Amino acid sequence: MGLLAFFRRTPATASLAKERLRIIVAQERTNRDGPDYLPLLRRELFEVIKKYVNVDPEAIQVTLEKEEGHDVLELSVALPGKG
Amino acid sequence: MTLETESTVQPLAGQEENAVRPAPQSVGNPTPSITGASKLTEIIVVTSGKGGVGKTTTSASLACGLAQRGKKVAVIDFDIGLRNLDLIMGCERRVVYDFVNVINGDCTLKQALIKDKRIETLYILAASQTRDKDALHAEGVRRVFDELIADGFDYIICDSPAGIEKGAHLAMYYADRAIVVVNPEVSSVRDSDRILGLLASKTARAEKGESKVKEHLLLTRYSPRRVANGEMMSVDDVKEILGVDVIGVIPESQDVLSASNAGTPVILNAESDVAQAYEDAVRRLLGEEVPLRFLQEPKRGFFARMFGG
Repeated sequence: MGLLAFFRRTPATASLAKERLRIIVAQERTNRDGPDYLPLLRRELFEVIKKYVNVDPEAIQVTLEKEEGHDVLELSVALPGKG
Repeated sequence: MTLETESTVQPLAGQEENAVRPAPQSVGNPTPSITGASKLTEIIVVTSGKGGVGKTTTSASLACGLAQRGKKVAVIDFDIGLRNLDLIMGCERRVVYDFVNVINGDCTLKQALIKDKRIETLYILAASQTRDKDALHAEGVRRVFDELIADGFDYIICDSPAGIEKGAHLAMYYADRAIVVVNPEVSSVRDSDRILGLLASKTARAEKGESKVKEHLLLTRYSPRRVANGEMMSVDDVKEILGVDVIGVIPESQDVLSASNAGTPVILNAESDVAQAYEDAVRRLLGEEVPLRFLQEPKRGFFARMFGG
């Protein structure tokens, strides 16, 4: 670290890295424990919905919740706001 | 250079297995695995998913550290097609036969095992440079492991290739314990999580429903200064995201490159912080409680900070 670096601070991005990882790791763990068809199902649903509404891939959440005796497949689509 | 084979650090009582082992057999005469003998040998995979994070450096140093404590250790390169461990161990010119040769029966295990010149109880099995992806198979790997077990090895260290393909799968398949090498950086952490998922589902232990593979994280290229500045995730951040205990934190250091240049595992450079951090990890592997070190930035004077160093 030289004279210049001493005065020039690099932005603190570690917390950003941690936050992004927390989200993606949690998401990938859900997919991992779920059946193999979830990612494909999510992609095909996206293709269908896109025909009617212009949504982001990120706006579609497909999760499989385990409840007593049965599983619940939950589909959540955040539609874009007006304007 | 001669090194002491008896270490100053005594392993815990539970780890002292030499007394109960049946008389060692020669490597050249394979015997079927003896029931119970497998309990005396621990198979450890050093893995990561991402490449270039320090798997081979870690495998070499942990193997040396264990062997210096009198343990009989075999360290095996699973990176078929891209042999590397021999260079890090400094025995590249002594490779005659490799892992695939043993599996194919081209030679005996004894002929292929390279005895380390520095540490009496350390052996290296080099990777094949074949391009045939099917050269390595689970049944062949099992046979080699059984022979090492029958020969009284205490540890089999499997240096995994990067990725999640066949070589990486076979390196972890029979593991009792896994050391996941991770850099405090987004892609490495994410890949490590993927590997943890595979350890929990694609190993012999998982398939047979036995007790799960023991998992540990080993952080490499750790820079306490950058952590203090908020530029790098801390040990605690990585531990929290992955939810696995930490067996070692290796500081970022020039010594790693110097060691690989020279073909001397970095743990043998006793003055280096890196060597001391690996020594600590070896002691933790043997069951000792050792606090983490090198997590704080070393104190530097005003001039050092102003003019670099």
